[in-house]
Order: sequence, then structure tokens, then C-alpha cells
Amino acid sequence: MRTSLLFVLSLLLSACSGIAPRGSGDLGVVIERADGSVKIVDSSQRAVLARVTGLGDLSHASVVFSRDQRYAFVFGRDGGLSKVDLLEQKLVQRVQQAGNSIGGAISQDGSLIVAQNYEPGGIKAFRTDTLEQVADVPAEYGNDGKRSKVVGLADLPGNRFAYALFDAGEIRITDLSDPSRPKTQRWAAGKQPYDALVTPDGRYFIAGLFGEDGLAMLDTWQPELGVKKVLSGYGRGQEPLPVFKMPHLRGWAQAGGRLYLPAIGRHEVLVVDMQTWQEVGRIAVRSQPVFVMARPDGREIWVNFAFPDNSHVQVIDTLTQRITDTLQPGKTVLHMEFTPRGEQVWLSVRDDNRVVVYDTATRRPLQQIEALSPSGIFFTARAARIGF
Amino acid sequence: MNVHRAGRPIIVVCAAGLALLFVGLAHAGDDVSPARQRELVHLVRQDCGACHGLTLQGGLGAPLTAVALRDKPADGLAATILHGRPGTAMPPFKSMLDEAEAQWIAAQLLKGFPREN
Repeated sequence: MRTSLLFVLSLLLSACSGIAPRGSGDLGVVIERADGSVKIVDSSQRAVLARVTGLGDLSHASVVFSRDQRYAFVFGRDGGLSKVDLLEQKLVQRVQQAGNSIGGAISQDGSLIVAQNYEPGGIKAFRTDTLEQVADVPAEYGNDGKRSKVVGLADLPGNRFAYALFDAGEIRITDLSDPSRPKTQRWAAGKQPYDALVTPDGRYFIAGLFGEDGLAMLDTWQPELGVKKVLSGYGRGQEPLPVFKMPHLRGWAQAGGRLYLPAIGRHEVLVVDMQTWQEVGRIAVRSQPVFVMARPDGREIWVNFAFPDNSHVQVIDTLTQRITDTLQPGKTVLHMEFTPRGEQVWLSVRDDNRVVVYDTATRRPLQQIEALSPSGIFFTARAARIGF
Repeated sequence: MNVHRAGRPIIVVCAAGLALLFVGLAHAGDDVSPARQRELVHLVRQDCGACHGLTLQGGLGAPLTAVALRDKPADGLAATILHGRPGTAMPPFKSMLDEAEAQWIAAQLLKGFPREN
């Protein structure tokens, strides 16, 4: 009797406050790229909680989360930056911060949201609470004020941000510990860096290069050592295959002291030992890899592929370095996201208009969730990880 | 255009022929079937859109709006689609598109590319 009374009371209370008390650690968002909307999802229930619309052009969108994991900051292709409240399930604020944007990051202390822009090329910082702009750092290069497209933005300890310049072929680190006085260091990196990652400890910043066979690595603990090339000449002088979609790099490629990286123009995943920075293997895969992602425990690596052969996903065993499974979740698999401890992986299957949730132990689908032209899937656990 | 269909008044054939002459390459993709045209719209919007943006306003790749392309000849665009641009990230699509399809896409881009239904 008393329990049921308490239950009714709690229901009433929650009705009054508008939000039933709940955590947000198992929430996430799915981008509906063609409709400018996101679906708020719950990975415990494997269910959609709400749909939030009016976020602009999300044809390339990425998301970071506030450190309390309540707010999602969505960076749209059109330069829009939207703040979505996952608990109230609504768009809280939206600013148009650039003409063409590719993503963003959140500072170590959670106070700054930083956007990386193609047009105008550079980064901009905003207060997390108000989205007020507090810094604008153009990616100028050369002598005539040209600005480069910025890729691969990652947060580093100390409210610093590392990024690469596609047109200028540089890596830069901007210190925003005092946003009114940004301090930027720069290094030559190589031809056409297309994306980058920082390792989960925040130490190594690695940019993939489109214009040459190799990657550019900066040890941010010893930046005075400069940029070092890794995997130089991995193409072995062979003509590269056409790349119909650029691979994406993020800090999830690390497993067992090795990095697993997509080759460019080769249907291979490259394996690098992080002690020696030498290649220790390459794994032939179906097509041009796009995302090469370690399950959070590092026991296996999941790989998806570029257009036009993009309806498969392959799983690599990190002990044997072999492919153990080839799955076919549906037509056009754009993105994958593991739950924080890796028992599920959510796959967006764009042309089937659904998200398919797989059990990573059995490799069988657990659930299908409808979504319009889904692309990125982002879970709030990213809030607690460097480089996300 | 069904200019070869028998039984049509000859004047229609002449008018159609003249029109074809005037618009030249813009209509070179008329032998692309409506079903294939829908596939091509999907391909351009979604997969070219990975670099050029779903709205074709540009991204890592250049903008492909009618305004951005206004000084570009259709032939050049079709050649870029088929053969890519060496030294840039633009790949050749000749493994999945033929000449007529590339011309059709180029013509649509110059007019302002159709949206997906």
C-alpha cells in the first residue's frame, strides 16, 4: 500500500517537473541526415524516446556531449550549431556559426564547444552554456591570407585543440585556456590531411594523408620533436584505387597496443605497433574502409566501407589479426557506435531507413529501429572520453 | 525524345531535331531511363553529397550548385565525373557511370540539380 502511494506520488512529482527523474548515461542521438532531425535513443531499452527537428543541413553531422551528458551539441554541414536537451527532448538553442562546417569538439573542462569549419576555414569557440562565441582562429596559410579547410579537430588536455589543415598540409594546436588570447603552434604535416585522431590518453595526434602514402604523427607530450611520418609508402608504389568516400579517423582505433587504420586507395586495414610506430600487419578487407573501430574492450575491430560496396561490415579478431565475420546489415551502412562497454553495436543503414542493433557476442541483430536516412549515431558516453 | 517514332508529322521531327541541335549536350542524356535518372539523383545527392554536401553547397569537394558551376562547360563536368581530377580527392566514376549518364548528371547540375522525392 505504502509503496503504491509512493509510486503515485513520484508519478505526480515527475509530471509536475516535466521530466521523470532519469539518468542520461544510456542515451544517444541518431542523425537523420536528409531531414535535419535527430532521434533521441535509449540503448538500454533499445528504443526511440523522441525526435527533434529543425537542425538544418545534417548531410555531414557530428555530435559532442556536455560533461553532464544532458546536452548534445550537433554540428551541421551548413555551419549550424545546435544544442539539444536530451532530457527535455528539445532544441534549446541554435547558432549559425559558419558557412560550411565539418564537426567539433568539447574542451577538457567542458566549458567550450569548438567548431571546425571549411568555410570560412578555421576554428571557433563557444561557451557551452550560452553558445556565445568567445574565440575565432582563422586557418590562414601562405602570404596572401588564404584559409584552409580544417579537419580532424580533437580536444587535448589543458583546453587545447589539435587539428589539421587540408589545403595547407599542416597540423596545428591552439591553446584556448584563455579564449580571449588563443595561442597557436603549427607543424608541416604532409599532403592533404583528410582527418585525424588523438589517442585515448590525449598524447598522439595522428592525421591521415590523402595526398601521400602515410600518416603524420605528433607526440603532444613532446611537440618539440615535431611531426613524424608513419607508414610511409604503404601503397608500395602501386596505383591507388579510387576513394569514393573519405575514411574517418577517431580515437577508437587503438587495441592491444596497436592502431588499426584505414588505408587510402587500398582495400586494407593497416596495423601499427604504438611502441615502434612500425607497420606490423595489414588486413585485406572487402572494400575501401571508412570507419575502423575497436569494440571498447579492444577484442575486435569492426569495419565499414565506402560507396559503392557499402552494405557489409567486417569484424577483425585482434589476437589473430584475421577477419572472423562478414555481416550484411542492409543497404548502405554509414556508421557504427558501440554501447559504452561494447555488448551492442548500433549500425545506421541509410538506404533501408533503419538502425540495426547487433549483439556483438552473437553477431546477430537484436533490434531494428526506424530512422529516416540515418547517418551518425552518438552515445552520451563519449562525454567522458578524450578525443570525442 | 521519340523523334524516330514512325507516323509523327514531319514538322515535329524537324522541330525536335532543331531543338536538339540548339540545346546540344544538355540533352545528351535523354537515353537515360527515368528509373535510372532516379538512381542517379540518389547517387549524386547521397554519395557525391558525402564530399559535396547533400545540398551540393560543397564540403571537402567544391560546391556543385548551378551558380557555382555557371561558367563550366557540360563536357568538362562530364569528363571530371568519369575520369576524376588527378591530384585532388575527386575520384573517377567511370566504373559505375557511362558517358550518357555523366552527361545527364552534368546537364542537371548546370540547371540546378533535382531533389530526391
